[in-house]
Amino acid sequence: MPDLLAARSQMAVSLGFHILFAVVGIGMPVLMIVAERRWQKTGDAVYLELARRWAKGTAILFAVGAVSGTVLSFELGLLWPSFMKFAGAIIGMPFSLEGFAFFTEAIFLGIYLYGWDRISRRAHLLAGIMVAVSGAASGVFVVIANAWMNSPTGFDMIRGAAVNVDPIAGMLNPMAFQQTLHMTLAAYAATGFAVAGIHAFLLLFDKENAFHRRALAIALLVGGPAAVLQPLSGHHSAQVVAEYQPAKLASMESHFVTGRHAPILLGGWPDMDARRVRFAIPIPGALSLLAFNDPDALVKGLDRFPRRDWPHVPTVHIAFQLMVALGTYLALVALWGGWLAMRRHDHGSHRWFLRALALAAPMGFIAIEAGWTVTEVGRQPWVVYGVLRTADAVTPMPGLIVPFLSFTLLYCFLGIIVVWLLYNQIIRSPRPTEWSRRYSPTSSR
Amino acid sequence: MEPAILPDILALILALSLAAYVLFGGADFGGGVWDLFAFGPRKQRQRDVISHSIAPIWEANHVWLILAIVLTFTCFPPAFARLGTVLHIPLSLMLVGIVLRGSAFIFRSYDSQEVRAQRRWGRIFAIASLVTPLLLGISIGAVASGRVVENPGGDFAARFVHPWLTPFSFSIGLLALTTFAFLAAVFLTMETTDAELVEDFRGMALFAGVAVFGAALLSLSLAPGQAPLMQEGLVASAWALPFHILTGVAAVVVLAGLWLRKFRLARIAVGVQVLCIVGGWALAQYPYVVPPDLTIAGSAAPDVTLRLVVGILAVGGVILLPSLFYLFRVFKSGPADRPERPARGHFNG
Repeated sequence: MPDLLAARSQMAVSLGFHILFAVVGIGMPVLMIVAERRWQKTGDAVYLELARRWAKGTAILFAVGAVSGTVLSFELGLLWPSFMKFAGAIIGMPFSLEGFAFFTEAIFLGIYLYGWDRISRRAHLLAGIMVAVSGAASGVFVVIANAWMNSPTGFDMIRGAAVNVDPIAGMLNPMAFQQTLHMTLAAYAATGFAVAGIHAFLLLFDKENAFHRRALAIALLVGGPAAVLQPLSGHHSAQVVAEYQPAKLASMESHFVTGRHAPILLGGWPDMDARRVRFAIPIPGALSLLAFNDPDALVKGLDRFPRRDWPHVPTVHIAFQLMVALGTYLALVALWGGWLAMRRHDHGSHRWFLRALALAAPMGFIAIEAGWTVTEVGRQPWVVYGVLRTADAVTPMPGLIVPFLSFTLLYCFLGIIVVWLLYNQIIRSPRPTEWSRRYSPTSSR
Repeated sequence: MEPAILPDILALILALSLAAYVLFGGADFGGGVWDLFAFGPRKQRQRDVISHSIAPIWEANHVWLILAIVLTFTCFPPAFARLGTVLHIPLSLMLVGIVLRGSAFIFRSYDSQEVRAQRRWGRIFAIASLVTPLLLGISIGAVASGRVVENPGGDFAARFVHPWLTPFSFSIGLLALTTFAFLAAVFLTMETTDAELVEDFRGMALFAGVAVFGAALLSLSLAPGQAPLMQEGLVASAWALPFHILTGVAAVVVLAGLWLRKFRLARIAVGVQVLCIVGGWALAQYPYVVPPDLTIAGSAAPDVTLRLVVGILAVGGVILLPSLFYLFRVFKSGPADRPERPARGHFNG
């Protein structure tokens, strides 16, 4: 395995692993505080049990997220020293802000998890809110740094070095807003649907369990709106990509030949040598329309870029299609849920809806992984788009396959343990099944 | 603000956040070390106190390291690139240690309370707590000895192993390990109301105090040959003598406090002692971030970046310091194993 590929793989594994925990760190606190607030208002002990269990889950996931995030902050230097030497002064700003947000999150999570009996109820809920807010903020800051890699601003290049550095302009880069919005919505949608899906699945077998019913209701409340808004945010993201990273857009859509009235291709396998897509269903004009609000707009194809500046088109194309398909499914299920709620149907008793939700449980997270594949692989061969090549940023250290394999094994091991613990300690119905016989439809709250 | 002193200010803040990491995060690692070396009939109870005192705060304490890393790559990017390249191996191993320590600790808290599961995670937690400080110390020792250079030439070993695989680096690794264990034991004397356990932790602290002294002597004796910069700073400079006196006085006060069971005094003095150790390293290394060639001024990011970081630190500090104070007030104002207040509003039937 060449060192560059090993370094990229190690980074991909580290990011792909960490992001699952980071997303949960953004979404779960919201579920936790909604449950706690409802307990405080209604005195219903099921809500307290939910808040405590979700807090337990958050504790496990946050800890693994924190240590895997530490690995990433070091890996920036261990794997990409030249990138950090070049970019540190420009994108250090969002990272510093992220540091503070993360610090705040860790402090208040400690207070939340271990302070149930040590501080007042109000202070406890407030600590939960601080966790949720700082968790979201730290996600936003990290994504801003990534957005800068896609649309770098705030410096001038003179003889291979960045001069006239303006970190504020770097933070306000053109991709920052759309990318952070898309990621934040994704975090709430993925977490909400994962939790809703798990409890929907369990409700299929244990349909009168009040614990699962209330969990389902709260999870849908958090995940549903985000899933409905996500396609709109995605549409705007694509427009920004079309403007600032045309090669990435062309890869996402496997758009080889520049032209007007460009189609969207559903499915298909891009053949990079023949420069065409096999087995795809085209929707004529749709790409021009979506990217530039005009069915006759000119959309740059990959033919405008030298072959050495292409990303790996099939990876980007398929990841993009996967993300869109999964996101669409989540949005449709969310709309269905909203419609059921408006008709005052009980979500917990609608078996087809529960099945659809159970199927959706992993989808948000798969969509997030696919979306990051689009962002990161789609930016290649650049680490800083149009400025610094990934191959020029990698460490001179040889034998990188060793750390790559070591960290991959370590993360596989941790992943298995985490899933096993979550199943045993959090998802399974409370053992003293005092609530399983207490029928209480969520709509009669 | 005078631009020329900006890099120095950031270097000072970097040193302070590293010192905070050693003081707080270090004590958490030290707790893990004592988990490994828990002894006697009260073994299990010692481990419980350690676990209770670390649990609510270790993640917050850990962020000092992340802050130090972020400050390094934002304010001194070439230094960060150099460290990542030359110290790839010890830093990667340290990361494995950090990951295993944190994960195993949380797994132990949330896995079944059955003895076998507890023992398995406890073992991983404790061993990772032992290895990580060693590797951190080795990396710092490599920097202090001035061997982390751009491209020394030669084969793989010459470029990526010899810079850190030296007796001096290992002596600093030992110093870090013993210091962390010392800190933990001194802090632990105030974490329990059980008189027998207090005596156990007092014994551990006295033992570790002697070990710190030994490791420090070893490092100082190796410094002349292997870390000339340290040698110069710590022996020849004008501030050296008063500094050694302060460190020595603090060390004596800690041991005296332990001996006389004035644990509050010992806790304050051990903080001073550790700050002196980190401060001594930083001062001896001044004006270098990574000796022998990367100076603070020479490797600093543009002033605009540094100024913004100072601004962020000021604003962030306003949120962070009261929050940290609150965290420690909630959990550290009394022994970790004190009986909890009666739970409010719990299950009513």
